[in-house]
Amino acid sequence: MWIDIETARRVAKLARIKVEDDALPVLANEFNTILGFIEQLNEVNVEGIEPMTSVTPMQLKRRADRITDGDMQDKILANAPDAREGFFAVPKVVE
Amino acid sequence: MADLNTLTIADARDKLRAGEITSVDLTNACLQAVEGSSSLNAFVHNTPETARAQAAAADGRIKTGSAPDMCGIPLGIKDLFCTKGVASQAGSAILNGFVPEYESTVTQNLFNSGAVMLGKLNMDEFAMGSSNETSTYGNVVNPWRRGNDTADLTPGGSSGGSASAVAADLCLAATGTDTGGSIRQPAAFTGIVGVKPTYGRCSRWGVVAFASSLDQAGPMTKTVRDSAIMLETMCSHDSKDSTSVDIPVPNFEAALTGDIRGKKIGIPKEYRMDGMPDEIEQLWANGTAMMKNAGAEIIDISLPHTKYALPAYYVIAPAEASSNLARYDGVRYGHRAKLAAGDGITEMYEKTRAEGFGPEVQRRVMIGTYVLSAGFYDAYYNRARRVRALIKRDFDDVFAQGIDAILTPATPSAAFGLGEMADADPVQMYLNDVFTVTVNLAGLPGISVPSGLDAQGLPLGLQLIGRPWEEGDLLNHAYVLEQAAGFVSKPGKWW
Repeated sequence: MWIDIETARRVAKLARIKVEDDALPVLANEFNTILGFIEQLNEVNVEGIEPMTSVTPMQLKRRADRITDGDMQDKILANAPDAREGFFAVPKVVE
Repeated sequence: MADLNTLTIADARDKLRAGEITSVDLTNACLQAVEGSSSLNAFVHNTPETARAQAAAADGRIKTGSAPDMCGIPLGIKDLFCTKGVASQAGSAILNGFVPEYESTVTQNLFNSGAVMLGKLNMDEFAMGSSNETSTYGNVVNPWRRGNDTADLTPGGSSGGSASAVAADLCLAATGTDTGGSIRQPAAFTGIVGVKPTYGRCSRWGVVAFASSLDQAGPMTKTVRDSAIMLETMCSHDSKDSTSVDIPVPNFEAALTGDIRGKKIGIPKEYRMDGMPDEIEQLWANGTAMMKNAGAEIIDISLPHTKYALPAYYVIAPAEASSNLARYDGVRYGHRAKLAAGDGITEMYEKTRAEGFGPEVQRRVMIGTYVLSAGFYDAYYNRARRVRALIKRDFDDVFAQGIDAILTPATPSAAFGLGEMADADPVQMYLNDVFTVTVNLAGLPGISVPSGLDAQGLPLGLQLIGRPWEEGDLLNHAYVLEQAAGFVSKPGKWW
């Protein structure tokens, strides 16, 4: 048992997903099944092993710091659920 | 000419060039097949007008005598690819109404070569699933059935719509994406060929992100030759994807010599799982014999960290997903929940994401959030990334010993019934990817080749795994397996 109901509630909050109280026990149970499965990783000796970063070691490409794109406010706002006067509109954030 | 929709890409290309058929006729045959396929639920956004316009343009280009191979070829496009002006929802309700203002690099490459888009294909929500039962559009149905049993079977997932559409001859081929097996598992379940190229071969730009260090696009086709043709068009270096590799894309079709004499095929002992069905065991043994008969040398190999691949995947993929899917907040695109009086921005996020994400996506986002949270990052996430390095090292070691390709089963079973896994815990469903997920973690190219039928008449596939960037050689091995297996079965048309 890694995740109790309170932890499940906290994780849902961190993930910004509303989970009703009565759904938390089932969710905690599913998390525990998955984490139980993941727990096998503790059997592996990872001493001195660096986390994998790429298939073939390669330097990320660099480019000149120049503006190459832009001036497309209409396109950027085209899919917004609520766009007004050239801005994304959201509920009031600051009182 | 009847049944143009049943053609392969290679045959259609040759007939188009010879002037025997037109892309308009070919496209109309596919559109008609798509129209009659609603019970498969593979196509979810149809674009017949775009298709006819693209086909007419392709016919004009073919007449000039210098059209690329994919010119005039009708395709289905997985809903995960952003297509300009056409709904692209990643199978999720949270992207309801989203119409991209841009085109993914892979689809742009295909369209630049003259390919025709018939429409968008169903998939598991955000590519999270192995049975196509998590889509906001509903389940996809496999055109294959168990003999005379009319029970609906899964086409696999997440590229289930792509697999079903190609197997049912609704299109000549389709795009798929593969994060843990999402091209190769559905290809195996539907008797078609599916390729996951080396990580970095295909640009991820414009492909809705699930787990960025694992996601790769690839072709799903009727034959290995078709995969070679289509893959070449999909690949490119793209400055918009920093992980896209800047190396030349070879002519993959030219690599199909059919000669693998002297090649070394590795058979990994760790893939012989406890409780593996006899039929899968037999299929694998048959495939091994075919490669041997073709003149390859069969070598037993060991990939000792195989059993840790799925657990590592179920840390890394949800972690990356939780980060990638943070963008679905109800502000910039897609769904926004209706708010109650007094609700602030946090309630907007929480309600929007609860309404917009299905249960499997919610579960993975929350698991990812947990493994990345303070105090657990090292214990889970960094440990999983180290195990991933060991899994890759296993492959590096066998390739260093001279192994050219590795032969394994593609899936632990044939297609199962829709709803049959409903009572299983999530981990049971994850086991579908046990043979494919190692390849994503190591970034290698892999291909699923239809290789036989089970006792109930359902297709089974074998997987070949290749050296990084050597898709041509891998495709040639697959071509030999395909020729030897002689898989020609098609599902009887009931839909």
